[in-house]
Amino acid sequence: MKLRLILRRVAFLIMVVWAASTITFFIPRMSDRNPIRERFAELARTGGFSASDLEVIVASYNKKFGLDKPLWEQYVDYIGSVARLDLGVSLNRFPKTVMEIIYESLPWTIVLLFVSAILSFVIGNLLGAVAAWPKSPAWMRSVATPFIMFMGVPPVLLAIFLLFFLAFRLKLFPLGQAYSTGIAPDWSLSFVMNVAWHQVLPAVSMILGSVGGWVLSMRGMGVTIQGEDYVNFAEHKGLSGRTIFRDYYLRNALLPQVTGFALALGSLITSGAVVESLYALPGLGQKLSQAIQANDFLVIYGIVLFITMSVATLMVLVEFLYPLLDPRIKQD
Amino acid sequence: MTPILQIRDLQVSYYTDLGRATALNKVNLDLNSGEKLGLVGESGSGKSTMALAMMRMIKPPGRIEGGSVTVGGVDLMQLSDEEMRMSRLSRIAYIPQGAMNSLNPVMRIGAQMIDAVRAHVPDMSKEEMTERCMQSLESVDLKRNVFSMYAHELSGGMKQRVCIAIGILLKPQVIIADEPTSALDVVTQRQVMETIDRVQKEIGTAVILIGHDMGLMAQFVDKVAVMYAGRLTEVSTVRDMFTNPMHPYAQALIKSLPNLSNKGVFQGIPGLAPSLLRIPSGCAFHPRCEKAMDICKTDVPAVERYDGDRLVACHLYAERA
Repeated sequence: MKLRLILRRVAFLIMVVWAASTITFFIPRMSDRNPIRERFAELARTGGFSASDLEVIVASYNKKFGLDKPLWEQYVDYIGSVARLDLGVSLNRFPKTVMEIIYESLPWTIVLLFVSAILSFVIGNLLGAVAAWPKSPAWMRSVATPFIMFMGVPPVLLAIFLLFFLAFRLKLFPLGQAYSTGIAPDWSLSFVMNVAWHQVLPAVSMILGSVGGWVLSMRGMGVTIQGEDYVNFAEHKGLSGRTIFRDYYLRNALLPQVTGFALALGSLITSGAVVESLYALPGLGQKLSQAIQANDFLVIYGIVLFITMSVATLMVLVEFLYPLLDPRIKQD
Repeated sequence: MTPILQIRDLQVSYYTDLGRATALNKVNLDLNSGEKLGLVGESGSGKSTMALAMMRMIKPPGRIEGGSVTVGGVDLMQLSDEEMRMSRLSRIAYIPQGAMNSLNPVMRIGAQMIDAVRAHVPDMSKEEMTERCMQSLESVDLKRNVFSMYAHELSGGMKQRVCIAIGILLKPQVIIADEPTSALDVVTQRQVMETIDRVQKEIGTAVILIGHDMGLMAQFVDKVAVMYAGRLTEVSTVRDMFTNPMHPYAQALIKSLPNLSNKGVFQGIPGLAPSLLRIPSGCAFHPRCEKAMDICKTDVPAVERYDGDRLVACHLYAERA
C-alpha cells in the first residue's frame, strides 16, 4: 500500500516535470533571438572576423546544438535529454554546462532562501500566535502590526531602501556581493562570518516582506483554535498557560501553516531572484535573470526545471512528513 | 453535615454593547458529598454560566460580580489565579460535552491525561502517572490501549468516557458535568450516565449534572434544580420535582414532558424566555405565569424552605413558609 502511494507520487512528480519542461521549452522560443548569433555578433563588433564569417560560425554552432532542426524535433531531443538529466550547455557561456552553473550558484541560493524562509516562518508564526492569544501582553500583540505593514511593500523596494540607508549611507553593512573582494573562499571561521555578514541585508529584505503573511494567516488560525473545545478543556484541567499555548494552541494552529511553508518556498524563489540580482549575489536567481536577458534558453530550461523539481520534491516530502504532525492524516 | 459545596450570592454579568446582561443573579446552592444534582433550564437560563463561574472560567466580557463558591471549606473566589488553577481538576472538575471536540486531535489520549496529572502533582514519577491514568481509563470501562490512541480513533461515547476519566484523575470533591450526553445516541447516553454514576459512587464526590433531558436526569440524580433567567426557582428531590413541582415554572416544565398517559398532547409554556438584558421586574417568570399576582410584578420572591428540604422562590407559598 505504502509502495503504491510512493509510486503514485513519483508518477505525479514526473508529470509535473514534463509539464513544466514543455512550457519552459516553448516560451523562450517564441522570440527569434539567437543567443549564439548575439554572442558572436558582439565578438565581431570588437573585431576579429567579418559578417560573412559570422553567418558561417553561427550556422555551424546551430548545427552543433541542433538548433537547425525543426522545433518539434528539438523538443523531442530536449525531453529526451531531460529524461537523462542532461541539461546541456550554456549557449552564451559555452563550454560551461548548465549543471556547472547550477552547481556553483546553488549554495548561495540555498543559504539565502532557507535562512530567510525558516526565519520568517518562525518569527511570523510566533508573532501571529502571540497576537491572537488573549493572555499575551498588549505590547507583544502590537509587535506584529509593523510586519503586516511591510507586507504591502514589494521586496525590491525594501531591498533598495535597506541597501541605500543601512549600507550606502550608514555603512553598517556591505554593499552587496557574496563576500568581500580580495579574500579567497574557504571554510575558515572568518570567511563564514564574512559571508554571513553579507547575507544579513538580503535576508532581512526577504524576511521583512514575508513575515507579515505568516503573521496574518497565523493570527487567523489562532483565533479559530483558541475557541476550540480542547483549548477550553485544557484550561479546565488546570494546565499552565505555557503548556496550553504550546501543546494545545500552537501545535494545532501550525498544521495548515506547514503546508503553506512548502508552497511559500516556490514563490520565495521568485522574490529571491530579484533580491539576489540587487545585492549581486551569485545565486540561481541572478543566473536565471542573466540567462533570460541573453535568451540563453538552455540555461533557462535548466534552472527552471531544477527549481520545479526541487519545489515538487519538497511538496511530496511535506506530504509524507505531514502524518507525523497530524495523526488524523494517515496514508494507507 | 457541612455541605461540600456551598454557593452564596453568586452573581455573574456579561457586559455587552446593549448593556449589562445579568446571567446569574444571587444564586445560592448547597450540595453534600456523594449527592447528585441535576441543573435544568432553558437555553440562556444561566446553567453553563453557573458551571463556568464555579470553575472561575468566566471570560470577558463576562465578570463574576460577587458571591462565594466554597468547596471543602475553601472559598474559590478568594484564591489567587495560580491557586485557582491548581484547584481546577483537583478540588473541582469540569467534564465538558466531550463527544465532539474536547480532546486535542494531535496528542495521544495518554499525553493529555499525563499533562493534567503533572500540572497538579509535578513530582510524581512517570510510571506512577501512567498507572493512575490507566486505572482511570479502566474505571470508565475503557481498555488500557486507549492510552496510546488519538481522539479520532475513538467513538463519541469513548471520547466522552475519556473526558470523564480525566475529570476523576485527581479525585475532586465536586464534579460538574456540562451536558455530558448531548450528541450521543440514547444507548450510549445511558452507558455514559451509568459510568458517571459508578465513578461518582467510587470516589464519593458531589456531582452537578447540567442538561435538558429531564427524563435522563430523573434516572440518575438525587435532586433537581430548575433555573430561570439566572435565578434558581426550585430545588427539590427528583421524586418531589416530578410528582409535585411547586414553582409554576417547574410545574410547566414537568407538564411539557411527554408521558404515557397523555400521548400526543404536549403542553408548552406560553411566551419566550426573557432576554437577560431586560429581566422582568419582580419574579422574572411573572409575564408567563398563569398564577401571577400583583406582588409578583414588583417583588423578587425570596428562596424559602418548604417541607424540610425543598427550596422554592415563589410568592404563592409565602404564607406557608
